[in-house]
Amino acid sequence: MDRVTAASQALKRLVDSPVSVMEVCGTHTVSIFRSGIRSLLPPELGLVSGPGCPVCVTDQGEIDCALSLLDRGAVVAAYGDMFRVPGESGSLASKRERGFDARVVTSAFDLLAMAEGDPVKEVVFLAVGFETTAPATAALLIEASRRGIRNLSVLSFHKRTPPALASLSADPGLRISGFLLPGHVSVILGHAPFSFLASDRGIPSVIAGFDPEQIVSGLVDIALQLHSGEAALHSVYGRAVRPEGNRRALELMDRVFESRDSCWRGLGPLAKSGLALRAEFSGFDAEKRFELKPEQGRTPPGCRCGDVLTGRITPHECPLFGSACTPASPTGPCMVSAEGTCGAYFKFSRRGGGPR
Amino acid sequence: MCLAIPHVITEILDDGAAVAVAGRVRAEIRTDLIDSPTPGDTVLVHAGFAIEKLAPEESAELMNLWEEIRRLSGGEA
Ligand code: SF4
Repeated sequence: MDRVTAASQALKRLVDSPVSVMEVCGTHTVSIFRSGIRSLLPPELGLVSGPGCPVCVTDQGEIDCALSLLDRGAVVAAYGDMFRVPGESGSLASKRERGFDARVVTSAFDLLAMAEGDPVKEVVFLAVGFETTAPATAALLIEASRRGIRNLSVLSFHKRTPPALASLSADPGLRISGFLLPGHVSVILGHAPFSFLASDRGIPSVIAGFDPEQIVSGLVDIALQLHSGEAALHSVYGRAVRPEGNRRALELMDRVFESRDSCWRGLGPLAKSGLALRAEFSGFDAEKRFELKPEQGRTPPGCRCGDVLTGRITPHECPLFGSACTPASPTGPCMVSAEGTCGAYFKFSRRGGGPR
Repeated sequence: MCLAIPHVITEILDDGAAVAVAGRVRAEIRTDLIDSPTPGDTVLVHAGFAIEKLAPEESAELMNLWEEIRRLSGGEA
């Protein structure tokens, strides 16, 4: 018997009453679909997709800030997934088609050559992502500061995952029985920032990587904890996650960023859930340099991303799913990103083996 | 965008850069976030940066969990 089959049998023995486990990370969502894990689970075990796709939780006001900088003649660079997310006046991709200078980067360090190669232009990095991605932005700013680059700035819309989990775990309407925690964020943060879920909230939490074996073993771990009635934080991502996290990355982040309140699509404003540049790096802060203030909480009409991101509805329950909103013509960001819940449902539920 | 793919470091370059391969794909990556990168290290690469080295073995806790799973499933695998 292979490991995934063994784990699914173990789950069938362990789970005999309704249990709802939130997989926080979009990469988990995609892996769960791609591997067909859902079809192997006992019917009592429901998997709910959480707000773990950084593209999806970026608030529309934040996208609008980036679009407005294009209008003002700046070069705006971003990771490719951000390009098709709709804002008020189009998307980075549609603006680029209209001749604005929006550029895709695959590494934050691409910005150095970009800024140095175009010294008369303002070059702005739309920096999104969780704690996995923020250290790279920190490394970029330290290097840009060392080189004395003056025409580079960053829209720091990075988000911190623990405050979002604090909000979800306290939501009485959701009743999450267990969390499958994002492996790559935990590689950086380690265990401590997530331990409150088990110790204070009593919710079993397991850090898992992204292959099907890790996901099912994480589910068994949660089921065993529910069975025993004792909640703990465990990791089944043993090869990468160290309990103390990645010290170097944490130091870099701490040197460059401080926490600030931030608005999440779907979750709304959350205290200390974002990362702003510290005073020492304020010369690189695009919000200060261009006097921007992201407008909070705007959403495309009809889009229910907020309910999808908090697991309140499945994408099928959004009236626009598959009709007005498709990957070719997305209404909301959850349909844009490859890791977005709506995008994943659209792609995989057409092939059968879809969600229930 | 949260993908992180295991790469093996093949060469250390100047200034915090390295060459790494994943299957047949060769990439230049940044090593600012890891301690003493060395050729032969397997690292997780996310958005152009190595974010952690991978240990060669699964942890003891994980092996124990799989033991438990085998026992519960009644399988012999
Ligand atoms: S299907 Fe489209 S419109 Fe509906 S919630 Fe998802 S992204 Fe928004």
